[in-house]
Amino acid sequence: MTREMTGAKMVVQALKDQGVDTVFGYPGGAVLPIYDEIFLQNDIRHILVRHEQGAVHAAEGYARSTGKPGVALVTSGPGATNAVTGLTDALLDSIPIVVLTGQVPTFMIGSDAFQEADTVGITRPCTKHNWLVKDTDSLSETMHEAFHVATSGRPGPVLIDIPKDVQFASGDYTGPKPSTSHYQPVLKGDLEEITELVAAIETAKKPVFYTGGGVINSGPAASQLLRELVDATGFPITSTLMGLGAYPASGENWLGMLGMHGLYEANLAMHDCDLMINIGARFDDRITGRIDAFSPNSKKAHIDIDPSSINKVIRVDIPIVGDVAHVLEDILKVWKARGRKTDAAAVKQWQSQIADWRKVNCLAYTNSEKTIKPQYALQRLEELTKNHDRYITTEVGQHQMWAAQYLGFEDPNRWMTSGGLGTMGYGTPASIGVQMAHPDALVINVAGEASWLMNMQEMGTAVQYRLPVKQFILNNERLGMVRQWQELLHGERYSHSWSEALPDFVKLAEAFGAKGILCSDPADLDDAIMEMINYDGPVIFDCLVEKHENCFPMIPSGKAHNEMLLGEAETQGVIDSKGSVLV
Amino acid sequence: MSALHIKQGSTRHSAYNLRPTFSDVQERHTIAVLVENEPGVLARVIGLFSGRGYNIESLTVAEVDHTGHLSRITIVTTGTPQVIEQIKAQLGRIVSVRDVHDLTVEGSSVERELAIIKVVGEGDKRVEALRLADIFRANVVDSTLNSFIFEITGAPDKIDAFADLMRPLGLVEIARTGVAALLRGD
Repeated sequence: MTREMTGAKMVVQALKDQGVDTVFGYPGGAVLPIYDEIFLQNDIRHILVRHEQGAVHAAEGYARSTGKPGVALVTSGPGATNAVTGLTDALLDSIPIVVLTGQVPTFMIGSDAFQEADTVGITRPCTKHNWLVKDTDSLSETMHEAFHVATSGRPGPVLIDIPKDVQFASGDYTGPKPSTSHYQPVLKGDLEEITELVAAIETAKKPVFYTGGGVINSGPAASQLLRELVDATGFPITSTLMGLGAYPASGENWLGMLGMHGLYEANLAMHDCDLMINIGARFDDRITGRIDAFSPNSKKAHIDIDPSSINKVIRVDIPIVGDVAHVLEDILKVWKARGRKTDAAAVKQWQSQIADWRKVNCLAYTNSEKTIKPQYALQRLEELTKNHDRYITTEVGQHQMWAAQYLGFEDPNRWMTSGGLGTMGYGTPASIGVQMAHPDALVINVAGEASWLMNMQEMGTAVQYRLPVKQFILNNERLGMVRQWQELLHGERYSHSWSEALPDFVKLAEAFGAKGILCSDPADLDDAIMEMINYDGPVIFDCLVEKHENCFPMIPSGKAHNEMLLGEAETQGVIDSKGSVLV
Repeated sequence: MSALHIKQGSTRHSAYNLRPTFSDVQERHTIAVLVENEPGVLARVIGLFSGRGYNIESLTVAEVDHTGHLSRITIVTTGTPQVIEQIKAQLGRIVSVRDVHDLTVEGSSVERELAIIKVVGEGDKRVEALRLADIFRANVVDSTLNSFIFEITGAPDKIDAFADLMRPLGLVEIARTGVAALLRGD
């Protein structure tokens, strides 16, 4: 069934037909017809951000916390170029978002018109796919295809560039139909490979599950199936930064996060295991450390919906291309049918080995009665918020790693962080996107003061839409992670890693119309956090913490999992010149 | 051609191929990529190679199915077996790519390239150029009193050999199409 309407109306109609309820955007000359249509309807809420990068990160936060695609709408030229960081972030972390950009009219494309940029050219490498729509008749089909591509297979960002004359012109609108798209990624894994993995599960003596963001992306069923498989086999499980929450932090087989700042027991389990089952993770360099020393004696299985992830970095023995939920379902089926076997005695011994590693208590730190230790601040935050309907976003740096270490996630979609790209400035807009999707939840952005300043303008958005996001800033007046690396790698020459002109965050909060809280004494911390939680509105919490705290454990660049540093005493001259080249 | 009918986005096929150990040996592969003929599709493919640091030795592209709007891109590339597998998997990931075939591993294939070569000279050199052209079955497609343009078709090696012979005889300019390739048999 087709209906005639303008391109601008088609955009709004297609969004409605795709079930979109929220759009994050910023108007400009090349998208005015679409904004006109948004004005004339009430089904889709438009959230006016303060910067286009914020719109894209907010859409990411919305997507990551709901499992639905996030949508951003920005204008041509600078609107589109400002969206590039968000698109790249979503590409690296496989977040489904649809970004709509205005473009100069088709007859002016290529003339260096006002606010013209080659948007599809610029965003080609940072989107999963993009389109320039040159005639109105093909607009609705492209819109529906964009949602299909963003959410199918390995999810990712897509962009549609819509020239202004295409928005004004009329054409035939077609609704979404069962996809006729050629893009149809395979969901079911190969049964032979799955059976081979089950056989390996049955005989493994030192197995470990290594899970990632793919489990979250696959949907709630994947997390359920993962829990069933882990609990039934009794195998220990660790996760990447992106996969936290797929298996509950309170679960008895939980090892904690792995990787550069992962837990001692998790990294040693990865190093010493004889069967590694990678589920929806991608052997990122933050995980593997030195490649040639990565888990040298294990058989490795890799479940991933993206074939290019397999054998990209680490050669695996059992590759399974498919959707995590589909593959886990088949693994469980085959494993049960073959009699639910594991080498229980060996696994028990393995677990007691892990228990010994755990006794090292790698997250221990020296607390202070005078200054707030960042670890302590997060432990208190965890204690006082864990029973709330809670969502956490973060910025990037030390605070992000401490949040991953000290906060516990019981469910998927509760943890929004910039993993692959490491985008400082992600957390504030992401918290806004999350709060829009979950108006009654407690949404906290764990931030560092440097990251937070990168997109602080979005506090205006939070205040305008009465979004009670809590900005929990661990303020060490330093670029903490940069400072840590300079200490360890560059002879304690702290080149430009501190700010001498930080704002007064309490006054800043008040200037935005939000509440500001300052806390510098550990004795006041609990009350201050409670005040933040109980305040009905956005809060900037300026938590003044120890300025020179380093984030441990740490696997230095160029080292293997079993060469972790556990604390200050071990940091002298640990990173050689080869390692210092790495980031 | 005997397509493996790899579904777009799937890659069980290439996952299996990925099983051998990583080797350092550089291999030369000819890859045929069937793409939807839409604006920017060539930029996607080339951008993949430049962005990820893969080599392109030769690349040809033209529409091969006007009704289906499909183009065929033939790429000759070099890399370790792991890199070649990555290239294929990354190509398969591009939404506008319908099919990826590694002609080097899927069976024996026929590779052809066309070149036109301008040779300027007089006297014995001119006669010798014409004689060698005859041996290589190159055609004269243009002639002046002191120059020829030869057209030669063949495998890239043959064109290299012919060009090497023409160089001392007055080769001044050469234009090559790059490789077009098909699998043998049905």
